[in-house]
Amino acid sequence: MRELLIIAIGAAFVNNVVLSQFMGLCPFLGVSKKIETAAGMGGAVIFVITISSFVTSIIYRAILVPLDMTYLQTIVFILVIAALVQLVEMFLKKSIPSLYQSLGVYLPLITTNCAVLGVALTNVQNGYGVLESTVAGIATAVGFTVSIVIMAGLREKIEYNDIPEPFKGMPVVLLTAGLMSIAFFGFSGLI
Amino acid sequence: MMRENTPAERLYNGIVKENPTFVMLLGMCPTLAVTTMAINGLGMGLTTTVILTMSNLMISLLRKVIPDGVRMPAYIVIVASFVTIVQFLLQGFIPSLYASLGIFIPLIVVNCIILGRAEAYASKHGVIASIFDGIGMGLGFTLALTCIGMVRELIGAGKIFGIQIMPSFYHPVTIFILAPGAFFVLAFLIALQNKFKIGSARVGEDGHPACSRTSCMNCGNRICSGRMAAQTENKEGEA
Repeated sequence: MRELLIIAIGAAFVNNVVLSQFMGLCPFLGVSKKIETAAGMGGAVIFVITISSFVTSIIYRAILVPLDMTYLQTIVFILVIAALVQLVEMFLKKSIPSLYQSLGVYLPLITTNCAVLGVALTNVQNGYGVLESTVAGIATAVGFTVSIVIMAGLREKIEYNDIPEPFKGMPVVLLTAGLMSIAFFGFSGLI
Repeated sequence: MMRENTPAERLYNGIVKENPTFVMLLGMCPTLAVTTMAINGLGMGLTTTVILTMSNLMISLLRKVIPDGVRMPAYIVIVASFVTIVQFLLQGFIPSLYASLGIFIPLIVVNCIILGRAEAYASKHGVIASIFDGIGMGLGFTLALTCIGMVRELIGAGKIFGIQIMPSFYHPVTIFILAPGAFFVLAFLIALQNKFKIGSARVGEDGHPACSRTSCMNCGNRICSGRMAAQTENKEGEA
């Protein structure tokens, strides 16, 4: 139990996927203009990463390792993730239309979110089992959601500020991300 | 003006006019993650160039064979295969680079630039033009990564490519080789570019948040928002 907690805190805050690992930067910079959309994206990412880290971990342990084909992991993982996103989308559309309404727009975009593939590969690298992988997946996605929602909140405020002309648009967002990244260094004493 | 789709025009387009990093803001993850030193930036850039050129070549060759409905999975398999090959070559021949790039080598698969060029260019144009498009885009990416890496290494360690540049009394600002420094350096480089109006890096200002250029979803207009865009087009076609 204690180990799982350490994995979770480590993945969510200490090694925050966006601010210290630099994965999932595209949605972090692109879909963080409003808090609602950021939260929607975060929800979709939590959903997909949880399922994908569970499934990829099972596939790795049950198929790739026994058949001695671990060298195919990149190809297999990305295909599994792409197929999974499509399945989740179809499933939600059919069975939980209300959830599909709120997450639907973001689901197709997640295939190319490198955090999803990144988590799957990191789990293998760290030698995590199925349970540990799933916990690490959930925690990583929560870390992503926390940082993208904070970012969106800050950007809503930044709109009203007097920013020097060359810094308008992306540069000021990147500076904000840098400051957030410094703030997240504070978590490194936790574990 | 140069004629379109000639090798020279493609190289110019990739390195200057549509520079994937500074102008298009694509492939941000490796751009920020591996540029702690100039040599890592260069290595990442060249690795991506090789994969981009090979995948462009392959996709251009197969562009009439791959059915439209399954083109995305097909491209992903092609790119992932090349990434795996290159990963093992690096592991075998340049282990130091392999160690410092780490997980970002397999993550080249989801680099927007590669799928973006596959979709936007290689699937519609001839083999020679596609190869040069890949080389041009790759070199543009390499140039940008090396630039960022040089700035970060200079400020953060006082060196460029491992050679001491700053005088001995200079105290290195370590934060620039840590995570926050990556954001700061890129912010200032883009701000400089805005100042001198070198390119239009001011993106993501309008439209649906999911469609801004920074959000990966606009990769070649089809990749991330691919299905959405295709669906809208189909609906328009039916109407």
